[in-house]
Amino acid sequence: MIKIENLKKSFGNNEVLKGISTEIKEKEVIAVIGPSGSGKSTFLRCINRLEEPTSGDITVGDTLITEKNVMKVRENLGMVFQHFHLFPHKTVLENLIYAPMNVKGISKQEATEIADELLRKVGLYEKRDEYPNRLSGGQKQRVAIARALAMNPTVMLFDEPTSALDPEMVKEVLAVMKSLAESGMTMIIVTHEMGFAREVADRILFLDGGYLVEDATPDEFFSSPKSARAKDFLDKVL
Amino acid sequence: MFDFSKVVPSIPYILQGIGVTLQIVIFATIVGLVLGILLALCKIGSIKPLKWFAEFYTSIFRGTPLVLQLMLIYYAIPQFIGTNIDPIPAAIIAFGLNSGAYVSEIIRAGINAVDKGQQEAARALGVPYAKMMKDIILPQAMKNILPSLMNEFITLNKESAIVTVIGALDIMRRAYVVGGSTFRYFEPLLIAGVIYYIMTLVLTFLGRTIEKRMRRSD
Repeated sequence: MIKIENLKKSFGNNEVLKGISTEIKEKEVIAVIGPSGSGKSTFLRCINRLEEPTSGDITVGDTLITEKNVMKVRENLGMVFQHFHLFPHKTVLENLIYAPMNVKGISKQEATEIADELLRKVGLYEKRDEYPNRLSGGQKQRVAIARALAMNPTVMLFDEPTSALDPEMVKEVLAVMKSLAESGMTMIIVTHEMGFAREVADRILFLDGGYLVEDATPDEFFSSPKSARAKDFLDKVL
Repeated sequence: MFDFSKVVPSIPYILQGIGVTLQIVIFATIVGLVLGILLALCKIGSIKPLKWFAEFYTSIFRGTPLVLQLMLIYYAIPQFIGTNIDPIPAAIIAFGLNSGAYVSEIIRAGINAVDKGQQEAARALGVPYAKMMKDIILPQAMKNILPSLMNEFITLNKESAIVTVIGALDIMRRAYVVGGSTFRYFEPLLIAGVIYYIMTLVLTFLGRTIEKRMRRSD
């Protein structure tokens, strides 16, 4: 589904990703974890070219992502941000139907039907005509997930989706993500929620210092990490 | 001391200047706004020559007197093109070009103040650059800069009085003409002042109304 080959990214003289290769299969749920500054978010943002990789190839489906086709590929890669980034001047419903109408060119009626269904799924149908500023953090993030899903993507990317939330709102967002995983969505999740990663992910990618240090199942990773760095990290967070 | 009796018959004449002033201000505002948005997009864009042009343009129009620009267009340009330009179109061009420079700076600052995450979200959804600017970034920028924009147009409304120097029959010019023919300057100038003041109040009120409408999403 997604193939990443020798991905490198530098900001000026600072090399954040030092050559990462991995493959993600359809319907796989990947949790990307690691200490802050390990390059997790940059890794995720390189996949849909929000950051331009310094070198390396990324293939989504059969398509090698280039400068030219990135817009088309992005339609298939839904992204959820730490700080939601809902469009504040649009209502919840307008947030959901904007891209399907303006990028995919589907009719307002059809887009609205899809949006209504998604809002019901994330439990926010009754908020469809509210503006984002009137929602709680957890509600905003659920809308943001629905907005990404409205494009009917084949892969969902999550960039620390619960890190900006108050503790009592983390659960509702994780619940939505879990049901999404159960429905068979391919997901790549950068997260600090170890419990969630262990429960929901099929594979853990542990990044440290710009390298992919471990690539293991949650059981392997959490009960018997191979590298000293992963052990050290788990000692600190668990 | 005041004697309005000689001036009263000329009041309708002065009032007719409102139409001329409004005509200049409204069209110059439209030119300024469109030009300002285009220049602002050039300034924040990645195409270097356009960026340089927009910055050079702004520095020229902000760095020279408006009355000079007006005179260049009305008196000097016809020297090259061989036909005269009427005072009102000349004023619209001069004020529009000048206002565009100021408006572009206001809009550029407004665009930069929009959270960078908004662009990222739009890009991640596959929204093309032009649509992103038109539907996502500019509406948010406009909301933030509306007070500065209104200020610019209020200034333009008052500054338009300098069309007097090229003989356009606006409020100011008419008041001056009435002064000259009745030998009483204070009264017609006072009337002109009141008219400008009322126009400014109306503009301010309009601005507040638009602002309120745009704050719906807060």
